[in-house]
Amino acid sequence: MSVMSREETEALINEVLEVYPAKAKKDRAKHLTANDHEIEQSKKCITSNKKSLPGVMTIRGCAYAGSRGVVWGPIKDMIHISHGPVGCGQYSRSGRRNYYIGTTGVNAFVTMNFTSDFQEKDIVFGGDKKLAKLIEEIEQLFPLNKGISIQSECPIGLIGDDIEAVAKKSTAATGKTVVPVRCEGFRGVSQSLGHHIANDAIRDWALDKRDDDNSFQTTPYDVAIIGDYNIGGDAWSSRILLEEMGLRVVAQWSGDGTISEMELTPKVKLNLVHCYRSMNYISRHMEEKYGIPWMEYNFFGPTKTDESLRKIASFFDESIQKKAEEVIAKYKAEYDSVIAKYRPRLEGKKVMLYIGGLRPRHVIGAYEDLGMEVVGTGYEFAHNDDYDRTIKEMGNATLIYDDVTGYEFEEFVKKIKPDLIGSGVKEKYIFQKMGIPFRQMHSWDYSGPYHGYDGFAIFARDMDMTLNNPCWKQIQAPWKADAAEEAAVAASA
Amino acid sequence: MPNVMIRHNEGKMTLYVAKRDQEDEIASIEFNTDDSWGGTIELTDGTKYYIDPLDAPPKLPITLRAKRG
Repeated sequence: MSVMSREETEALINEVLEVYPAKAKKDRAKHLTANDHEIEQSKKCITSNKKSLPGVMTIRGCAYAGSRGVVWGPIKDMIHISHGPVGCGQYSRSGRRNYYIGTTGVNAFVTMNFTSDFQEKDIVFGGDKKLAKLIEEIEQLFPLNKGISIQSECPIGLIGDDIEAVAKKSTAATGKTVVPVRCEGFRGVSQSLGHHIANDAIRDWALDKRDDDNSFQTTPYDVAIIGDYNIGGDAWSSRILLEEMGLRVVAQWSGDGTISEMELTPKVKLNLVHCYRSMNYISRHMEEKYGIPWMEYNFFGPTKTDESLRKIASFFDESIQKKAEEVIAKYKAEYDSVIAKYRPRLEGKKVMLYIGGLRPRHVIGAYEDLGMEVVGTGYEFAHNDDYDRTIKEMGNATLIYDDVTGYEFEEFVKKIKPDLIGSGVKEKYIFQKMGIPFRQMHSWDYSGPYHGYDGFAIFARDMDMTLNNPCWKQIQAPWKADAAEEAAVAASA
Repeated sequence: MPNVMIRHNEGKMTLYVAKRDQEDEIASIEFNTDDSWGGTIELTDGTKYYIDPLDAPPKLPITLRAKRG
């Protein structure tokens, strides 16, 4: 099946929605659309950031996941306390593959789980004393930590503990940054509000610590990488490109980042935002308070990387612009050979995506560089501004789905029959059992990095490895395959 | 009474509503002279906000309280 027309896409949406009760159907219909390039504002065609319907399968997370897991978690020299019962921290521990340099348990703590392990008595009598004791113990056991963040789980908000007071007291006692984050899981409809709360906590408790301190030597070429979580080393493969073109990367937010890098970020000249969804809040704040401009960039695939490097360079003087061209020229031979090798093997394949954050639109360019086509895309927790940006990237009349339910996604896949699906681990085995090649695109299926020119080579290899794996020919039971062949022979006779 | 942030985005003046994560281009501002700035702000999609006029054009970006216009 080639690309679907608008009528076909709309018919497919209606067909899939048919099984829902009338009320649910009406609600879900607003979240599904056929892309239309003529619409400039996504709110006219798609509803997003609304509460998931009870009774359907959703793969959204909670505010705690957005704050502890995404924004704060990768900051390596801080200890992030999962304040509340033990499960939230333990079952999300070390799941996002945020790579970092450091000795775990000595001066880096990303993959460790610290929790106050709430019991019944803590719910009844409050957990503030336990939290204060926990922070004291952390100071004794891990004296090289540079700060602590208190990530609230649901009960903290429900029983009304005053974690801010504990944080202030602990800061006074130890002199280290202690940040209370009110990211209880019940807040908001998805992890998206957790990102916002985490950004606000950084703004209120950490960002302005060195405002009066001018001892840091700045250069005119200081930049910060914002919203790159160094999944599989992504931030590193981005950073080398920026450094090669003569910029100085002062901070990485927050993959392989440190609290002192964050405190120095207000001194940079330009904020480079990769994940707009999770870090635009702090970028906007820094633009207003410190006058630091910010720009979105995209380091997936050579076409978009070239574009982004040029756009970044346009903020600086000619020497940087010249070096940017040199960097692009230097890597051109490398990525041309990658495309020459893999494009013939991947040309014309159709991809469906359902991820979060920035990837549903950012990776489209990388697939197109390999001659592949993205026929459907969707976000777990996007807002309208994400869809505004997606409409331009996607082909006309392609399918766009917001917070797609398990049932809808399966039905779409059955009808559209993509050659590859990119989504999360919860979808992975369903689709693999349906015989469709799958990449887990949240943490690059235990591979990566995918950012930058170096990452593109790995991306192309991974896609080829998955799509052209001989196992997909073995999916059908041999007796069924024979029957199909016999039928074909009979039909041709 | 939402807090809105007005900023320049690639040459266009935009209004960002933090509470809704929505950023839209500004079509017109009622007062936009050297001695007064603000009033009714209309976005390209027709939504209107009212900002108490300021004495001078502010340095953008700026966060202000807005009323429904």
